[in-house]
Amino acid sequence: MLSKRIIPCLDVRNGKTTKGVKFQGNVDIGDPVEMARFYYEQGADELVFYDITASSEGRGIFLDVVRRVAAEIFIPFSVGGGLNTLDDLRAVLLAGAEKVSVNTGAVRNPDIIRQGAKAFGRQCVVLGMDVKRVTATDAIPSGYEVVTHGGRNATGLDALQWARRAEELGAGEICLNSIDADGTREGYEINLTRLISTAVNIPVIASGGAGKPEHLADVLTDGCADAALVASMVHFGGYTVAGLKEYLDGRGIKVRMTW
Amino acid sequence: MGGAFFRRLPKDANPNPEQRIMIAIVDYKAGNLTSVLRALERLGQPAVITADPEAIRSAERVVFPGVGAAGEAMRNLRERGLVEVLREVARVKPFIGICLGYQILFEHSDEDGGVECLGILPGRVVRFPEPLRSPHSPRPLKVPHMGWNGIRFTRSHPVWDGIPAGSEFYYVHSYYPVPEPADVCAETEYGVAFAAGAARGPLVGFQSHPEKSGEPGLRLLKNFCEWKPNREPEIVEIHA
Repeated sequence: MLSKRIIPCLDVRNGKTTKGVKFQGNVDIGDPVEMARFYYEQGADELVFYDITASSEGRGIFLDVVRRVAAEIFIPFSVGGGLNTLDDLRAVLLAGAEKVSVNTGAVRNPDIIRQGAKAFGRQCVVLGMDVKRVTATDAIPSGYEVVTHGGRNATGLDALQWARRAEELGAGEICLNSIDADGTREGYEINLTRLISTAVNIPVIASGGAGKPEHLADVLTDGCADAALVASMVHFGGYTVAGLKEYLDGRGIKVRMTW
Repeated sequence: MGGAFFRRLPKDANPNPEQRIMIAIVDYKAGNLTSVLRALERLGQPAVITADPEAIRSAERVVFPGVGAAGEAMRNLRERGLVEVLREVARVKPFIGICLGYQILFEHSDEDGGVECLGILPGRVVRFPEPLRSPHSPRPLKVPHMGWNGIRFTRSHPVWDGIPAGSEFYYVHSYYPVPEPADVCAETEYGVAFAAGAARGPLVGFQSHPEKSGEPGLRLLKNFCEWKPNREPEIVEIHA
């Protein structure tokens, strides 16, 4: 029986793991390679790295981080952030990432999903989606809209339709981030996650809102998520990946307990 | 799927021509070969990625990885003149097929409208039935089977010696082989119980990715690198 995955997410800027703090910019919280190694040893099932540098100089430093991570951990990891072209995808895969995550780049040019799937295989193309609750309209019938730039820019895309389209184009997985829940630590957006996860036949990773172990249990059961992303909870929230898994195992949720 | 994007060693690029290649990782434009190489590097095992039939023939052991689709994989193997050498080495030296490299060891795959494969092992490769029902899930299971799943080794073997019970391996696939019962060595359950591994003589194959399966996966690869099959090769010729 397939295990539900617990996936720590690391934002990387100038070679450091960083965490956005509202109204205060970012604070560095550690070395991403060391943190990757730590989470690997703690039983993380996969890792996600986002490059939030947004400069060509920073990209070089980031690729070096990816290379060093690939030599240290032997579980899959995906890389996202500012990936717009096939060359961008190729560069992070060559550096050792197992999967690439496209987000804004795919909103601008959905064909990047198809191109990436054709060139590198479906299994390695993840669609990252930032989604915000809106009033349901003819254009956004699900009441969930795809947004970019941390929620500041609306795209006019219905989240459910976009997820289905991305699957058709060749996405192998969806990382679904709720902008409404993100940073609240009050739990994942269960309804949104269930809506998307039951509408597609590819795995959906829930993201945004995790604050307590119960939140993971909820999204992996009621929310029908295949995996749960965690960030601040394990970076400095007092929880460990191993502890979260023990909790989920105790709740009867199938997770990988031997590593 | 599975593109040619990793830089290849030129045919004569054995970095130390005086020294025999220990482990050849077969390069046929099928996905992420470098992750296998990195795992072997971590284990201190000298390996090269190569498409040169002579290098594969002279290697001490062979890793046959792969991600992607059977049709393109077989096309690439034919174009590179690798079909015969694989059939030859898989019965005489330690040989491991991984994921797609496991599937195309069999005679036929249903993928891509039906593909004749290497026929080193008898059996065919089929798709997970849909809808895929499981007593553990109220909804049909998703296909592809992606993520960590348990594996049950059905007999003992040096290659999975010492892997703790309850270990899980990382899977990404929509098809799986149906070998002859005598060749099945491991089972995994995802809606159906499928042959997660097969073994015959010096040949083993796994549907999962040991190079991405943490410490149990590294242990399996290490065992493979140290394995000295002591029995006579017992592969029978299927394609006369």
